[in-house]
Amino acid sequence: MGAFVGMVIVFVIFAMFGFSRNFLSIAGFANWMNFASTVGIIAIPVAFLMIAGELDISTGAVLPASAMMLGISVNHYDLPMWLGIIMTFSMAASVGLVNGLLVTRTQVPSFIVTLATLFAVGGLTLALSDFLINNTNVSLQSPDWAKALFGTRYFGFRSAVYWWIGLIVVFWFFLHKSPWGNWVFAVGGDPESARNAGIPVNKLKIWLFILCSVCTALAGMCQVIQFNSAQSATFFNMIFFTIIASVVGGVLLNGGFGSVAGVVFGTMTLGIVQQGINYTDIDRNLSLLIIGVMLLIAVLMNGTFQKLATSWSSSKKED
Amino acid sequence: MSDTQNVLELRNVDKSFGPIDVLHKISLSVKAGEVLCLLGDNGAGKSTLIKTMAGVHAPTRGEILMDGKPVSFSGPKVAQEAGIACVHQFGGTFPLMSIGRSFFAGVEPTKGWGPFKVFDREKANEIAVREVRNFGITRIEDGDRLVGGLSGGERQSLAIARAVYFGARVLILDEPTAALGVKQSAHVLRIVNEAKRRGLAVIFITHQVMHAMAVGDHFAVLIRGSIAADFRKGDRTREEIADLMAGGESMIDLEASIEG
Ligand SMILES: Nc1ncnc2c1ncn2[C@@H]1O[C@H](COP(=O)(O)OP(=O)(O)OP(=O)(O)O)[C@@H](O)[C@H]1O
Ligand SMILES: [Mg+2]
Repeated sequence: MGAFVGMVIVFVIFAMFGFSRNFLSIAGFANWMNFASTVGIIAIPVAFLMIAGELDISTGAVLPASAMMLGISVNHYDLPMWLGIIMTFSMAASVGLVNGLLVTRTQVPSFIVTLATLFAVGGLTLALSDFLINNTNVSLQSPDWAKALFGTRYFGFRSAVYWWIGLIVVFWFFLHKSPWGNWVFAVGGDPESARNAGIPVNKLKIWLFILCSVCTALAGMCQVIQFNSAQSATFFNMIFFTIIASVVGGVLLNGGFGSVAGVVFGTMTLGIVQQGINYTDIDRNLSLLIIGVMLLIAVLMNGTFQKLATSWSSSKKED
Repeated sequence: MSDTQNVLELRNVDKSFGPIDVLHKISLSVKAGEVLCLLGDNGAGKSTLIKTMAGVHAPTRGEILMDGKPVSFSGPKVAQEAGIACVHQFGGTFPLMSIGRSFFAGVEPTKGWGPFKVFDREKANEIAVREVRNFGITRIEDGDRLVGGLSGGERQSLAIARAVYFGARVLILDEPTAALGVKQSAHVLRIVNEAKRRGLAVIFITHQVMHAMAVGDHFAVLIRGSIAADFRKGDRTREEIADLMAGGESMIDLEASIEG
């Protein structure tokens, strides 16, 4: 709810400053939505993990790794596109599996585990592309069907935008309607009680890590097919973007609370501030400052919300 | 099953953690519709004892019997399926989930078909609210309220109602009144009585003699891991019980030492 109001405020302010520079045109709208779609596809599963009390920052490496893997396997090794896609998804899924297994089997916090896989996957991507194709960039010519599915524009919006919208519906159903969504909240709220209630805590977490990596791979493949090229450098900004989108969207950092709609609005707000700013008279250099202030406000509001929610009843409680 | 049979019984249970012996030769039993109060000083081994009953720890030696048959629980989940429910000090519920959702966490009621099965919010809320209200918590009316907004006593009641609804036969409460004020405690004690009236076997840990006296039928005092006394209601005076809880020293001596 707060996330929606926040987005509207940001939108209105930007619309005022951007009136003369086409912020309100379809092109302006499509521009920041295109940016938001890549973040958005990854941010929702990242938010799921945060709700479940975990964090995944390896996305910053899985994104370029997926793009490079598809590029190299199809362009360099002449594998069919469909096979390349399947292989890339499998690679991402195994990174997610490793993340999930390490987090659930050891007591190491997921921040550290995924920090390690972030660098490991990032380094491996660079080293392997250098070794295999002697280049850290790869270009890719995709067949028409793949272009149509993952890398073209409809009405100015990239294919990724439509994937994002589709995933929003599926993920909303998963978190808020299906019984599994309840498990995600319970696991983040109190893992011990969740386990006692018979929820398969570890299995759920492992699946969420896999989901997160697979969605990141989808975003990466959309990019390489869209732009016909990919770079292997780790995309550290993606880590911040997905976490900012979640937190601005009202997901609690310590788990147990959040919503898909909130994360979507958080992502859109980020899109407006990060990309839409080009279509306004606001100085581009201010976008980082605005994001910082927004994040701070969001965290404070989330904290207030938590207090409000838990002090609903007027009587005294123990904690 | 005759109602004189012990629902849960421990025979000569020892528990050591490596070289540290925490429990020695514990023999205890609890019947349906009876409240067993477990008393003892800090570190006496009360929590360890109930964790052993609830399948968290396996006994090092000795037997646990349920309905007269030996059982061995490989984990808390197995014990729970056998009907042993543990409610922890803070109720063990999820503060940021609604009453209905947290009541059914792990066993969500669904409607719809195939992959489109959805969580049945109305049904969950209705049952959860009805069950807590049956325990006398009439202030809870809205199943969409967050658990974190409930008072400590209400949260305990919710956890107890949940355990009972899902078929618990032995209810273990580890210091449920420790963090509560007088009124809230009275609340929880009423719920304990209600659970007992419904035929559950209740094991109740407390440091407060008043609370023990209010609901207990049967008292066991642990001192340094051994049962120092095991008696029924009315066998001892309040003062004697208080002395036992202080680890065998008399209250009068303690008071004298405080005043120094
Ligand atoms: N896992 C463990 N490993 C080693 N020692 C343990 C372990 N768990 C408990 N103990 C020891 O067993 C003794 C009994 O602890 P326990 O928690 O059962 O006491 P308690 O009677 O519940 O105390 P309190 O009233 O403070 O809750 C303590 O001395 C404690 O240090
Ligand atoms: Mg204890």
